[in-house]
Amino acid sequence: KYQFAGLSDISISEDTPVEGEITIPMRSRAREFDSSTLNESVRNTIMRDLKAVGKKFMHVLYPRKSNALLRDWDLWGPLILCVSLALMLQKSSVDGEPGGGPQFAEVFVIIWFGAVTITINSKLLGGNISFFQSLCVLGYCILPLTAAMLICRLVLLAGPGPINFMIRLFVVVVMFAWSVIASTAFLADSQPPNRKALAVYPVFLFYFVISWLILTFTP
Amino acid sequence: MATTAAPGGGARNGAGPEWGGFEENIQGGGSAVIDMENMDDTSGSSFEDMGELHQRLREEEVDADAAAADEEDGEFLGMKGFKGQLSRQVADQMWQAGKRQASRAFSLYANIDILRPYFDVEPAQVRSRLLESMIPIKMVNFPQKIAGELYGPLMLVFTLVAILLHGMKTSDTIIREGTLMGTAIGTCFGYWLGVSSFIYFLAYLCNAQITMLQMLALLGYGLFGHCIVLFITYNIHLHALFYLFWLLVGGLSTLRMVAVLVSRTVGPTQRLLLCGTLASLHMLFLLYLHFAYHKVVEGILDTLEGPNIPPMQRVPRDIPAALPAAVLPAARLPTTVLNATAKALSVTLKSH
Repeated sequence: KYQFAGLSDISISEDTPVEGEITIPMRSRAREFDSSTLNESVRNTIMRDLKAVGKKFMHVLYPRKSNALLRDWDLWGPLILCVSLALMLQKSSVDGEPGGGPQFAEVFVIIWFGAVTITINSKLLGGNISFFQSLCVLGYCILPLTAAMLICRLVLLAGPGPINFMIRLFVVVVMFAWSVIASTAFLADSQPPNRKALAVYPVFLFYFVISWLILTFTP
Repeated sequence: MATTAAPGGGARNGAGPEWGGFEENIQGGGSAVIDMENMDDTSGSSFEDMGELHQRLREEEVDADAAAADEEDGEFLGMKGFKGQLSRQVADQMWQAGKRQASRAFSLYANIDILRPYFDVEPAQVRSRLLESMIPIKMVNFPQKIAGELYGPLMLVFTLVAILLHGMKTSDTIIREGTLMGTAIGTCFGYWLGVSSFIYFLAYLCNAQITMLQMLALLGYGLFGHCIVLFITYNIHLHALFYLFWLLVGGLSTLRMVAVLVSRTVGPTQRLLLCGTLASLHMLFLLYLHFAYHKVVEGILDTLEGPNIPPMQRVPRDIPAALPAAVLPAARLPTTVLNATAKALSVTLKSH
């Protein structure tokens, strides 16, 4: 009885109002952020995306074991590279030969379906990489081969010949090795350690086919 | 009697709100369910109708909830509100059913995990299986073991596609309607899947003990010999060398497949039919791959004289064996140089 005696005094009198403020700072900040990306100028959006793509290009050119390509994947870079490679591989139609048309679609389909197949294969082998992350990495690692295509086109302007061919062969082989090493640096970590070779072989085949298309290109 | 009381009670309970709902409909009220079939139902206590009753009870629960929700609106809007509620309910039910079916189909077909056990291999296993595919084993009284995996065969088919592409590009094969890549993929995958299915069908007729997966794996590993032969002979254009490799390497891989099939089939006629078909298809495929994508310089000059070339025609061209043999170490160079000169020739010939 003595214990509970004092409790009767603990009560809020009806005259004292209970008031205060409830703010939810996180939500309002998020809303602010959304509207700010909607309202910003097109130039800002494009520059932000281009900077992200450029940063990933740097990661491909100097392949280190980093997570940047995997964490925020995007498919802009692979699309730009794929389209530019397919455009450069177009044969100028000679005497109305219908050989120029399929080249673009061919390259496009090879790159995208090849990347999808490699991704499915690495997932089936037990890799823990997501579908789009893998597509992103494989697409970005086409950058050295696109550079090789550019160099080959420039070299071919000098006219065909055996020395010409040697230079092109050397450039394509170096870029092919660079592509395979770059993609391996990013993809190999996601595979169980004893199966890395099984996941790398299709990547090797994929870049080999693209390198072969580049090497045998004659305008 | 509890059991008979329950259906009786259930029938009464089931009939009550339905009849009540019918009355409410007459009044223009809310329940959206007009259950025509229950109006003539007099066999409420028979055993066969138990399932129907339970189903009706369940449906009626759902409808009671919906009716309770709709009643307020229905009462306000009268007959028009009732029709709107009905159509909205029907649409909602259709949407739910469609969504359920679609998600079930998606999880069934897009689930690549069904293929996962067939890719459970180690690199050492793949290497040993590749080597074993060239070694025929003469044990025919006991079924030989076939590894049921799909990684090795799939990679071999893709390697064959890459090698074919190499061969077609170096021979400058012109495919009028279609693409190089499409033709290469179509040929290789078509052979692997088509011939596997055909031999599996024959095996079914001949009572052989082999499953589809095993047949796919067996034929896939049999393409290893093809890959080796084509890789060597697309770069070294000697007909005699090709025939030697065709017999030796192609023959070894065919013998291996034949031995496995013989060990799993009973009866001489069946064995002959099955193994004869497989051996002939396998060897002929290698022959076809070599000669269809090979170079014929004379072919260019021949086809240029006739301007009307029918569509979907491959123009194979062959360089005589003596020429590359002289410059064997640098086998790549003469082909490109010869291609350039052949093209120059074609241009000059066309202009005349």
